[in-house]
Amino acid sequence: MNSTWSRFNITSIVLGFAFLYLPIVLLIVFSFNESKLVTVWGGFSTKWYVSLFHNQGLMDATWVTARVGVISATVATVLGTLAAITLTRYTRFRGRVLFSGMVFAPLVMPEVITGLSLLLLFVAVGLDRGFFTVTLAHITFTMCFVAVVVQSRLVSFDRSLEEAAMDLGAPPVKTFFQITLPVILPAIISGWMLAFTLSLDDLVIASFSSGPGATTLPMKIYSQVRLGVTPEINAACTILIAVVAIGVIIASIANKRREIQRQLDEQAAQRG
Amino acid sequence: MTDIAATAAPSTQTPTLPARLAKGFVNRLVIIIPYLWLLFFFLIPFIIVFKISLSQTAISMPPYTPVLDFSDGISGFLAGFRELNFDNYTWLTQDALYFNAYVTSLIIAGISTMLTLIVGYPIAYGMARAPATIRPTLLMLVILPFWTSFLIRVYAWIGILKPEGLLNQLLMSLHIISQPLVILNTYTAIFIGIVYSYLPFMVLPLYSSLEKMDYSLVEAAEDLGCPPIGAFWKITFPLSLPGVVAGCLLVFIPAVGEFVIPDLLGGSQTLMIGKTLWNEFFSNRDWPVSSAVAVILLLVLTIPIMFFQQAQAKAQEQGR
Repeated sequence: MNSTWSRFNITSIVLGFAFLYLPIVLLIVFSFNESKLVTVWGGFSTKWYVSLFHNQGLMDATWVTARVGVISATVATVLGTLAAITLTRYTRFRGRVLFSGMVFAPLVMPEVITGLSLLLLFVAVGLDRGFFTVTLAHITFTMCFVAVVVQSRLVSFDRSLEEAAMDLGAPPVKTFFQITLPVILPAIISGWMLAFTLSLDDLVIASFSSGPGATTLPMKIYSQVRLGVTPEINAACTILIAVVAIGVIIASIANKRREIQRQLDEQAAQRG
Repeated sequence: MTDIAATAAPSTQTPTLPARLAKGFVNRLVIIIPYLWLLFFFLIPFIIVFKISLSQTAISMPPYTPVLDFSDGISGFLAGFRELNFDNYTWLTQDALYFNAYVTSLIIAGISTMLTLIVGYPIAYGMARAPATIRPTLLMLVILPFWTSFLIRVYAWIGILKPEGLLNQLLMSLHIISQPLVILNTYTAIFIGIVYSYLPFMVLPLYSSLEKMDYSLVEAAEDLGCPPIGAFWKITFPLSLPGVVAGCLLVFIPAVGEFVIPDLLGGSQTLMIGKTLWNEFFSNRDWPVSSAVAVILLLVLTIPIMFFQQAQAKAQEQGR
């Protein structure tokens, strides 16, 4: 295999990753720029971070976004996990085709359509637009991503464990919480994180489903970006990137540790 | 959940009636909760969009006349049918702006999908041929940008592409160009934005089908005298086709309705349907017309979305 890891392959990977990472790196670098001109380097400074914390509008939006993210990701994880179980375990029930369609279609549906349709629903049922409606909208589109992540884990899950537990008399609910849940937990956690970042990230659906008093951070950033590129926005973006990056790194370390622990347990079990 | 357990269990113990009822209830609840949620928040909204696209614009809140009001009972509902109003659709066909926006969106999405495939394929191929020990790290590195905000990644390109931006500064300091290139607010900027933002969606399915491939086939072909490029087109590419299809659909479908990229990078001159819908809704406050735009966009995308569903279902079957 190593002989085929040719110069061409290495070059394409290096160029590809440069393309993926360079814009983000430049954005972070210029958030520490002294000059107000974003693209001219005027020396190192953290003043934009300081002024960020005095920007009440941005801080409020951050707080709204964080609350929407945590609530919607949590509910979406529960619903998405149920949907994943339905997709993998119940291969025959009435309306299954419709159900799998409703799980997969939101993954590729243009956001403008999802946003508009949800808004019209909220208006039709007379819900006041605001924090609550943004949360409902985010639950709906993120639960489908959770379902796909959890489903891929469930497909490779060794069913004989569950069957053994039930043969030994464990009721289905207990079997789920003691056997299935611990095994699919990594997928559920990464599903939650995916839902959280998608919610954190979403501009279009939030713009449609939000109302006065519930401006999310992407909406705030968007309205400022339209007025021009400023170092303050670079600083806000850098903080967001840092938060997400730290979260992903912690999760992957925790995942690796659990994996090693599991291997050790298995080895111990085999010896015993 | 029961195939084997059901055949094995009765010989050892028969579940009591309440236990079986409880199990049936739990089973049903697992299906019903997400099912109802998606019905209410995903399917019914589309029906409402369709309904409102048939109503007339009115200056009120909400800004449209009611259509198919169920409060009058079934006769009122049927009477409402006769008053259905297709004006918004006639309007869409008469105004060349909308037709152009649809066609431009499809063309832009098509070209960007091809470009993403051309950029993404060598990356996925290189990753799949990489030593097995570093493959998880490479995979992680492709996924990581996906976790950073879409809006931020698009925004980052503004600073690079603008006339006095970093790309022009670099090219001018290297004396490659003497005049700054105008890239921002053109279709080129939209292509760059879409390729950049959707690249992970292309690379991941390509990688997963290339990684599963048996490379001894290629080696055999080369041993028998097939030139490497011939071996690639005759063996590697056809075998990676499921990944190509999945990747292209994952890029193409959302790109057709893309709003953020044409709005921030394309400027006011470029025409794409997602932006048209947004403007119709937020600037003109014409809800019925924007609903009609959405309905037609959905119809245009129905076929690719169905292909996507099938590809997903097939992948799921194979994963079993």
